[in-house]
Amino acid sequence: MTTTTEVDLDVATYCLRLGDDSLVLAQRLCEWAARSPQLEEDVALMNLALDLLGQARSLLTLAGVREGRGRDEDALAFLRDEPDVVNVQLVELENGDFGRTMARQLLVAAYAVPLWQALCASTDADLAAIAGKAVKEVAYHLDHARSWVVRLGDGTEESRRRVQAGLDEVWPYAVELFELDPLLERLIARGVAADPAALQRVWRVTVEEVLAEATLAVPETSWRPTGGRSGAHTEAFGYLLAELQHLHRSHPGVSW
Amino acid sequence: MLVTTADQVRQVLAAVHDPEIPVLTIEDLGVLREVSVDGEHVVVTVTPTYSGCPAMDEIRADIAAALAARGWDDVEVRTVLAPAWTTAWMSDDGRRKLREHGIAPPGELLLQIRPRAVVACPQCGSSDTEELTRFGSTSCKALWRCRSCREPFDYFKAH
Repeated sequence: MTTTTEVDLDVATYCLRLGDDSLVLAQRLCEWAARSPQLEEDVALMNLALDLLGQARSLLTLAGVREGRGRDEDALAFLRDEPDVVNVQLVELENGDFGRTMARQLLVAAYAVPLWQALCASTDADLAAIAGKAVKEVAYHLDHARSWVVRLGDGTEESRRRVQAGLDEVWPYAVELFELDPLLERLIARGVAADPAALQRVWRVTVEEVLAEATLAVPETSWRPTGGRSGAHTEAFGYLLAELQHLHRSHPGVSW
Repeated sequence: MLVTTADQVRQVLAAVHDPEIPVLTIEDLGVLREVSVDGEHVVVTVTPTYSGCPAMDEIRADIAAALAARGWDDVEVRTVLAPAWTTAWMSDDGRRKLREHGIAPPGELLLQIRPRAVVACPQCGSSDTEELTRFGSTSCKALWRCRSCREPFDYFKAH
């Protein structure tokens, strides 16, 4: 039995944040199953969700190990209540139409690529191993989102109107991806976590480049959501969590 | 009782196939990373293709079952993430089997994001092919179409 250190607890929380981001976005994307504009897109979105779910499983498993309280991936995914789930609000927002979903995919993937690239060099070997898998997967996610945002933005009047409206709605929430707090500062100092300021610079360049190609306007931000990392969520979140957790809670220990 | 060797274990594992692409064994695919034997204790190390590969649970169970059927009960299947799996680990035999099965084998790694390279149609061999969608029936495949024979086909993505 090894002793849990302060660093272990910090890493556990960091993994929980990243894992919750992936888990919640995977759950949202699954709502597109059998509802996508075309069959290929149905398959694509489920593939993206599957990648995110796989990343979430690795991250939550590692969080459970470091936390040292005997919780596994299932306990963390299915048995935490809303205030204990620490994803950014961006990923829990309702899908809206396809344009809005693609706008969010762009904002998240443009962050995930530099995030996992940076974490490949994390001093935490287990986190770096997860990053080594994820970095290859999210490259496809960014490419997918980029091509749709360009196609919709530089498409018909209607597709352009919708993707711009969706982008305007989700845009303010992206700021939460780059929040810095004392826990992150400690982990950055140890070379474990990625520096959000550096991620934001890369993110901004990527997103502006895609929006320019899509002939879309970069939205103006007039307000600043916050709180996801401390368990404050939007109204839509409780419904998502209920759907995600009900099977496991209604039938504890059930297996296929 | 014969002494168990890693080679004997590998011979048994040569019959364990990928449940989603049954034409490939887990060794062809590069998912089987290591076999070690310590007395009666067998350790088999595997790595997933993609983080969310749903076949992994089945592969782990198949490994344990195949070895149990040959009398090895003390089997531990370990899953490692690093080094990250790459299609570069796919055996030449595996590539040939894929082609014969109608799946275009993965190309060079540099092409992973924007495959502009030639992907030969596994049906007719034509190089006049196009990508329909980057995401296919499993995480590791994309859907392509041959402009010559007009048949769609799966392409195993370089990863």
